[in-house]
Amino acid sequence: MKLSEAADAITSRFKEVITATNEFRGELTLTVAPHALREVGKFCHDELNFELLLDISSVDNYDYEPRFEVVYELYSIVDGIHLRLKTTAMESEPSVPSVCDVWPGANWHEREVWDLMGIRFEGHPDLRRIIMWEGYPYHPLRKDFPIEGKPSEVPEGTFSEVAPLGGGPFVTIPASTNAKNREPRARGTEVAVHTEDFPQEP
Amino acid sequence: MSDRQPYAYDSKIEGNIIFTRLDAAINWMRGNSLWPMPMGLACCAIELMAAGASRFDIARFGAEVMRFSPRQSDVMIVAGTVTYKMAMAVKRIYDQMAEPKWVIAMGACASSGGMYRSYPVLQGIDQLLPVDVYVSGCPPRPEALLDGLIRLQKKIMSEDSFLEQKKELLAAL
Repeated sequence: MKLSEAADAITSRFKEVITATNEFRGELTLTVAPHALREVGKFCHDELNFELLLDISSVDNYDYEPRFEVVYELYSIVDGIHLRLKTTAMESEPSVPSVCDVWPGANWHEREVWDLMGIRFEGHPDLRRIIMWEGYPYHPLRKDFPIEGKPSEVPEGTFSEVAPLGGGPFVTIPASTNAKNREPRARGTEVAVHTEDFPQEP
Repeated sequence: MSDRQPYAYDSKIEGNIIFTRLDAAINWMRGNSLWPMPMGLACCAIELMAAGASRFDIARFGAEVMRFSPRQSDVMIVAGTVTYKMAMAVKRIYDQMAEPKWVIAMGACASSGGMYRSYPVLQGIDQLLPVDVYVSGCPPRPEALLDGLIRLQKKIMSEDSFLEQKKELLAAL
Protein backbone atom coordinates (compact mmCIF):
# COMPACT_ATOMS: atom_id res chain seq x y z
CA MET A 1 0.00 0.00 0.00
CA LYS A 2 1.24 3.45 -0.88
CA LEU A 3 1.02 6.45 1.39
CA SER A 4 -1.59 8.12 -0.82
CA GLU A 5 -3.79 5.03 -0.66
CA ALA A 6 -3.49 4.93 3.12
CA ALA A 7 -4.34 8.63 3.29
CA ASP A 8 -7.41 8.09 1.12
CA ALA A 9 -8.54 5.20 3.30
CA ILE A 10 -8.28 7.27 6.47
CA THR A 11 -9.82 10.46 5.12
CA SER A 12 -12.74 8.66 3.49
CA ARG A 13 -13.52 6.73 6.65
CA PHE A 14 -12.96 9.55 9.17
CA LYS A 15 -14.14 12.51 7.13
CA GLU A 16 -15.61 14.42 10.07
CA VAL A 17 -12.70 14.15 12.50
CA ILE A 18 -9.75 14.89 10.18
CA THR A 19 -9.50 18.65 10.56
CA ALA A 20 -6.46 19.24 8.36
CA THR A 21 -4.29 17.41 5.86
CA ASN A 22 -0.81 18.63 5.08
CA GLU A 23 1.68 17.14 2.67
CA PHE A 24 5.21 18.51 2.58
CA ARG A 25 8.05 16.87 0.65
CA GLY A 26 6.36 13.50 0.65
CA GLU A 27 5.55 13.59 4.37
CA LEU A 28 1.88 13.39 5.16
CA THR A 29 0.45 14.93 8.33
CA LEU A 30 -3.16 14.42 9.37
CA THR A 31 -4.64 16.51 12.16
CA VAL A 32 -7.23 14.55 14.09
CA ALA A 33 -9.80 15.78 16.58
CA PRO A 34 -8.68 14.61 20.02
CA HIS A 35 -11.80 12.59 20.84
CA ALA A 36 -11.30 10.39 17.74
CA LEU A 37 -7.56 9.88 18.08
CA ARG A 38 -7.72 6.39 19.55
CA GLU A 39 -10.18 5.27 16.88
CA VAL A 40 -8.04 6.62 14.03
CA GLY A 41 -4.93 5.09 15.59
CA LYS A 42 -6.61 1.72 15.91
CA PHE A 43 -7.70 1.87 12.29
CA CYS A 44 -4.15 2.76 11.18
CA HIS A 45 -2.74 -0.07 13.26
CA ASP A 46 -5.23 -2.81 12.43
CA GLU A 47 -6.27 -2.07 8.85
CA LEU A 48 -3.36 -0.12 7.36
CA ASN A 49 -0.44 -1.99 8.94
CA PHE A 50 1.05 0.98 10.79
CA GLU A 51 2.30 -1.41 13.44
CA LEU A 52 5.22 0.73 14.62
CA LEU A 53 4.78 3.91 16.67
CA LEU A 54 8.16 5.60 16.28
CA ASP A 55 7.69 8.51 18.64
CA ILE A 56 5.27 10.77 20.42
CA SER A 57 6.25 14.39 20.79
CA SER A 58 4.46 17.55 21.79
CA VAL A 59 4.52 21.22 20.84
CA ASP A 60 3.76 24.20 23.05
CA ASN A 61 2.21 27.01 20.99
CA TYR A 62 2.34 29.48 23.85
CA ASP A 63 -0.22 32.32 23.63
CA TYR A 64 -2.27 30.45 21.02
CA GLU A 65 -5.31 28.32 21.58
CA PRO A 66 -5.32 25.32 21.37
CA ARG A 67 -2.00 25.67 23.12
CA PHE A 68 -0.62 22.13 22.82
CA GLU A 69 -0.14 19.75 19.91
CA VAL A 70 0.70 16.08 20.33
CA VAL A 71 2.44 14.47 17.37
CA TYR A 72 2.47 10.74 16.63
CA GLU A 73 4.96 9.29 14.15
CA LEU A 74 3.68 6.06 12.60
CA TYR A 75 5.59 3.67 10.40
CA SER A 76 4.53 0.63 8.44
CA ILE A 77 7.27 -1.98 8.32
CA VAL A 78 5.38 -4.00 5.70
CA ASP A 79 4.88 -1.13 3.29
CA GLY A 80 7.76 1.10 4.31
CA ILE A 81 5.61 4.23 4.61
CA HIS A 82 5.58 6.94 7.24
CA LEU A 83 2.54 8.81 8.51
CA ARG A 84 2.23 11.61 11.03
CA LEU A 85 -0.84 12.16 13.15
CA LYS A 86 -1.39 15.36 15.11
CA THR A 87 -3.93 16.23 17.71
CA THR A 88 -4.49 19.25 19.92
CA ALA A 89 -5.05 19.97 23.60
CA MET A 90 -6.40 23.10 25.26
CA GLU A 91 -4.44 25.16 27.78
CA SER A 92 -6.67 24.49 30.80
CA GLU A 93 -6.21 20.86 31.89
CA PRO A 94 -4.72 19.59 28.61
CA SER A 95 -5.62 15.99 27.94
CA VAL A 96 -5.71 13.59 25.00
CA PRO A 97 -6.73 9.90 24.90
CA SER A 98 -4.01 7.33 25.44
CA VAL A 99 -3.04 4.94 22.65
CA CYS A 100 -1.26 2.48 24.94
CA ASP A 101 -3.66 -0.34 24.15
CA VAL A 102 -3.09 0.16 20.40
CA TRP A 103 0.69 0.44 20.56
CA PRO A 104 2.12 -0.79 23.90
CA GLY A 105 5.30 1.16 23.12
CA ALA A 106 3.38 4.38 23.61
CA ASN A 107 3.53 3.88 27.37
CA TRP A 108 6.87 5.56 28.10
CA HIS A 109 6.48 8.15 25.35
CA GLU A 110 3.22 9.31 26.91
CA ARG A 111 4.80 9.38 30.33
CA GLU A 112 7.55 11.59 28.94
CA VAL A 113 5.07 14.01 27.36
CA TRP A 114 3.14 14.13 30.64
CA ASP A 115 6.31 14.72 32.63
CA LEU A 116 7.85 17.47 30.55
CA MET A 117 4.82 19.12 28.92
CA GLY A 118 2.04 18.36 31.37
CA ILE A 119 -0.45 16.83 28.95
CA ARG A 120 -2.54 14.09 30.54
CA PHE A 121 -3.30 10.88 28.67
CA GLU A 122 -6.73 9.55 29.52
CA GLY A 123 -6.73 5.79 29.93
CA HIS A 124 -2.97 5.44 30.43
CA PRO A 125 -2.29 2.45 32.70
CA ASP A 126 0.48 4.07 34.76
CA LEU A 127 0.85 7.80 34.18
CA ARG A 128 3.83 8.68 36.39
CA ARG A 129 6.72 11.03 35.76
CA ILE A 130 9.58 9.36 33.90
CA ILE A 131 12.46 11.87 33.83
CA MET A 132 11.86 14.37 36.63
CA TRP A 133 11.33 12.97 40.10
CA GLU A 134 8.02 12.16 41.71
CA GLY A 135 6.60 15.24 43.40
CA TYR A 136 8.29 17.83 41.15
CA PRO A 137 5.64 20.51 40.74
CA TYR A 138 6.43 21.86 37.24
CA HIS A 139 6.50 20.73 33.61
CA PRO A 140 9.84 22.09 32.42
CA LEU A 141 9.50 21.99 28.62
CA ARG A 142 6.61 24.42 28.64
CA LYS A 143 7.43 27.79 27.11
CA ASP A 144 6.59 29.68 30.29
CA PHE A 145 9.10 27.66 32.34
CA PRO A 146 12.50 29.42 32.62
CA ILE A 147 15.59 27.44 31.62
CA GLU A 148 17.30 28.23 34.96
CA GLY A 149 14.51 26.33 36.72
CA LYS A 150 12.44 27.10 39.77
CA PRO A 151 13.10 26.22 43.39
CA SER A 152 11.21 23.24 44.72
CA GLU A 153 11.46 20.76 47.53
CA VAL A 154 9.95 17.35 48.07
CA PRO A 155 9.70 16.30 51.73
CA GLU A 156 11.91 13.23 52.31
CA GLY A 157 13.04 13.63 48.70
CA THR A 158 15.17 15.82 46.56
CA PHE A 159 15.13 19.53 45.86
CA SER A 160 15.92 21.93 43.06
CA GLU A 161 17.27 25.45 42.93
CA VAL A 162 17.60 28.20 40.38
CA ALA A 163 20.75 27.77 38.29
CA PRO A 164 22.78 30.98 37.92
CA LEU A 165 22.89 31.88 34.25
CA GLY A 166 25.32 34.79 34.52
CA GLY A 167 29.09 34.35 34.62
CA GLY A 168 30.85 31.08 35.28
CA PRO A 169 33.68 29.18 33.64
CA PHE A 170 31.76 28.26 30.51
CA VAL A 171 30.79 31.77 29.47
CA THR A 172 33.35 33.30 27.16
CA ILE A 173 33.64 36.82 25.88
CA PRO A 174 33.04 36.27 22.19
CA ALA A 175 35.32 37.43 19.44
CA SER A 176 32.60 38.82 17.27
CA THR A 177 29.50 40.91 17.62
CA ASN A 178 27.38 38.06 16.36
CA ALA A 179 28.40 35.71 19.13
CA LYS A 180 27.62 38.38 21.70
CA ASN A 181 24.07 38.53 20.53
CA ARG A 182 23.90 34.77 20.51
CA GLU A 183 23.94 34.35 24.28
CA PRO A 184 22.89 37.60 25.94
CA ARG A 185 21.38 36.12 29.11
CA ALA A 186 24.42 34.07 30.08
CA ARG A 187 26.67 37.04 30.67
CA GLY A 188 24.76 38.83 33.36
CA THR A 189 24.43 42.56 33.62
CA GLU A 190 27.40 43.25 35.86
CA VAL A 191 30.01 42.36 33.23
CA ALA A 192 30.71 45.30 30.98
CA VAL A 193 30.84 44.25 27.35
CA HIS A 194 32.33 46.77 24.98
CA THR A 195 31.12 45.78 21.59
CA GLU A 196 33.29 48.38 19.89
CA ASP A 197 36.40 46.43 21.00
CA PHE A 198 35.37 43.32 19.13
CA PRO A 199 36.98 42.64 15.78
CA GLN A 200 34.44 42.94 13.04
CA GLU A 201 33.39 39.89 11.08
CA PRO A 202 34.98 39.85 7.63
CA MET B 1 80.75 -15.91 69.01
CA SER B 2 81.69 -13.16 71.34
CA ASP B 3 80.81 -13.27 75.01
CA ARG B 4 79.23 -9.82 74.92
CA GLN B 5 75.83 -9.29 73.24
CA PRO B 6 75.38 -5.91 71.61
CA TYR B 7 72.61 -4.05 73.40
CA ALA B 8 72.51 -0.78 71.50
CA TYR B 9 72.95 -2.00 67.97
CA ASP B 10 71.63 -5.12 66.28
CA SER B 11 72.33 -5.42 62.57
CA LYS B 12 69.48 -7.91 62.16
CA ILE B 13 66.73 -5.48 63.08
CA GLU B 14 68.32 -2.11 62.63
CA GLY B 15 66.95 -1.56 59.10
CA ASN B 16 63.41 -2.46 60.17
CA ILE B 17 62.81 0.14 62.82
CA ILE B 18 61.72 3.66 62.06
CA PHE B 19 60.97 6.44 64.42
CA THR B 20 58.07 8.75 63.55
CA ARG B 21 55.04 10.48 64.92
CA LEU B 22 51.84 8.44 65.14
CA ASP B 23 50.01 11.01 63.03
CA ALA B 24 52.56 10.75 60.26
CA ALA B 25 52.41 6.96 60.27
CA ILE B 26 48.60 6.89 60.19
CA ASN B 27 48.45 9.48 57.44
CA TRP B 28 51.06 7.61 55.44
CA MET B 29 48.99 4.46 55.66
CA ARG B 30 45.74 6.21 54.86
CA GLY B 31 47.08 8.23 52.00
CA ASN B 32 48.75 5.38 50.21
CA SER B 33 45.83 3.00 50.22
CA LEU B 34 42.83 5.10 49.30
CA TRP B 35 40.02 2.83 48.25
CA PRO B 36 37.80 4.83 45.90
CA MET B 37 34.04 4.69 45.67
CA PRO B 38 33.58 5.26 41.92
CA MET B 39 30.48 7.45 41.67
CA GLY B 40 30.39 7.38 37.87
CA LEU B 41 27.47 9.43 36.61
CA ALA B 42 28.45 10.56 33.12
CA CYS B 43 31.31 10.64 30.61
CA CYS B 44 33.87 11.42 33.36
CA ALA B 45 33.38 7.82 34.47
CA ILE B 46 34.96 6.68 31.19
CA GLU B 47 38.08 8.66 32.02
CA LEU B 48 37.95 7.27 35.54
CA MET B 49 37.97 3.77 34.04
CA ALA B 50 40.88 4.77 31.83
CA ALA B 51 42.73 5.98 34.91
CA GLY B 52 42.24 2.53 36.39
CA ALA B 53 43.33 0.65 33.28
CA SER B 54 46.84 -0.41 32.34
CA ARG B 55 48.01 2.69 30.50
CA PHE B 56 47.56 5.08 33.42
CA ASP B 57 47.29 2.53 36.21
CA ILE B 58 45.93 4.18 39.33
CA ALA B 59 47.46 1.25 41.25
CA ARG B 60 50.77 3.12 41.17
CA PHE B 61 49.24 5.44 43.76
CA GLY B 62 47.55 2.77 45.81
CA ALA B 63 44.00 3.60 44.78
CA GLU B 64 43.22 0.69 42.49
CA VAL B 65 40.78 -1.07 44.81
CA MET B 66 37.50 0.32 43.47
CA ARG B 67 34.90 -0.54 46.08
CA PHE B 68 31.32 -0.57 44.93
CA SER B 69 30.23 -0.72 48.53
CA PRO B 70 30.39 2.60 50.36
CA ARG B 71 31.14 0.83 53.64
CA GLN B 72 34.53 -0.29 52.37
CA SER B 73 35.70 2.86 50.64
CA ASP B 74 37.67 5.94 51.70
CA VAL B 75 37.33 8.44 48.88
CA MET B 76 34.28 9.11 46.77
CA ILE B 77 35.16 10.15 43.22
CA VAL B 78 32.09 11.99 41.93
CA ALA B 79 32.65 11.62 38.21
CA GLY B 80 29.98 13.26 36.13
CA THR B 81 26.83 15.36 36.01
CA VAL B 82 24.88 15.27 39.25
CA THR B 83 21.21 15.77 38.53
CA TYR B 84 18.84 16.74 41.32
CA LYS B 85 17.20 13.35 40.89
CA MET B 86 20.52 11.62 41.59
CA ALA B 87 21.83 14.09 44.17
CA MET B 88 20.13 12.55 47.18
CA ALA B 89 21.33 9.09 46.18
CA VAL B 90 24.90 10.41 46.03
CA LYS B 91 24.47 11.99 49.46
CA ARG B 92 23.03 8.80 50.86
CA ILE B 93 25.96 6.75 49.59
CA TYR B 94 28.39 9.31 51.01
CA ASP B 95 26.65 9.13 54.38
CA GLN B 96 27.17 5.37 54.43
CA MET B 97 30.92 5.65 54.00
CA ALA B 98 32.94 5.12 57.15
CA GLU B 99 35.12 7.90 58.55
CA PRO B 100 37.66 9.08 57.60
CA LYS B 101 36.36 9.88 54.14
CA TRP B 102 37.22 12.27 51.37
CA VAL B 103 35.57 13.49 48.18
CA ILE B 104 37.07 14.26 44.79
CA ALA B 105 34.82 16.27 42.46
CA MET B 106 35.97 15.08 39.05
CA GLY B 107 35.24 17.33 36.10
CA ALA B 108 33.35 20.53 35.48
CA CYS B 109 29.87 19.15 36.13
CA ALA B 110 30.59 17.70 39.55
CA SER B 111 32.55 20.84 40.50
CA SER B 112 30.15 23.54 39.34
CA GLY B 113 27.36 22.14 37.21
CA GLY B 114 29.57 22.68 34.18
CA MET B 115 27.84 23.49 30.95
CA TYR B 116 24.51 22.36 32.37
CA ARG B 117 23.19 25.72 33.51
CA SER B 118 19.65 24.45 33.60
CA TYR B 119 16.79 23.22 35.73
CA PRO B 120 17.60 19.53 36.36
CA VAL B 121 21.30 19.77 37.32
CA LEU B 122 22.79 20.41 40.75
CA GLN B 123 25.27 23.28 40.38
CA GLY B 124 28.22 21.51 41.99
CA ILE B 125 28.30 18.57 44.38
CA ASP B 126 29.87 20.84 47.01
CA GLN B 127 26.35 22.03 47.77
CA LEU B 128 25.78 18.65 49.40
CA LEU B 129 29.16 17.09 50.22
CA PRO B 130 32.42 18.54 51.60
CA VAL B 131 34.71 18.35 48.57
CA ASP B 132 38.47 18.01 49.16
CA VAL B 133 39.82 18.20 45.62
CA TYR B 134 38.28 19.66 42.47
CA VAL B 135 39.60 18.34 39.17
CA SER B 136 38.99 20.61 36.20
CA GLY B 137 38.31 19.39 32.68
CA CYS B 138 35.39 18.28 30.61
CA PRO B 139 36.13 15.45 31.04
CA PRO B 140 39.55 15.60 32.73
CA ARG B 141 42.25 13.42 31.28
CA PRO B 142 43.34 10.49 33.47
CA GLU B 143 46.57 12.35 34.30
CA ALA B 144 44.46 15.15 35.77
CA LEU B 145 42.61 12.71 37.99
CA LEU B 146 45.89 11.18 39.10
CA ASP B 147 47.17 14.68 39.87
CA GLY B 148 44.06 15.29 41.94
CA LEU B 149 44.65 12.03 43.74
CA ILE B 150 48.25 12.98 44.53
CA ARG B 151 47.05 16.35 45.82
CA LEU B 152 44.55 14.56 48.03
CA GLN B 153 47.36 12.35 49.33
CA LYS B 154 49.38 15.47 50.14
CA LYS B 155 46.38 16.90 51.94
CA ILE B 156 45.95 13.71 53.95
CA MET B 157 49.65 13.72 54.85
CA SER B 158 49.28 17.18 56.36
CA GLU B 159 46.30 16.28 58.54
CA ASP B 160 46.59 16.03 62.32
CA SER B 161 44.33 13.04 62.33
CA PHE B 162 45.22 11.51 65.69
CA LEU B 163 45.46 14.83 67.44
CA GLU B 164 42.12 15.98 66.09
CA GLN B 165 40.54 12.71 67.13
CA LYS B 166 41.89 13.12 70.60
CA LYS B 167 40.57 16.67 70.80
CA GLU B 168 37.13 15.54 69.65
CA LEU B 169 37.18 12.76 72.19
CA LEU B 170 38.08 15.16 74.97
CA ALA B 171 35.43 17.62 73.87
CA ALA B 172 32.85 14.86 73.91
CA LEU B 173 33.64 13.87 77.49
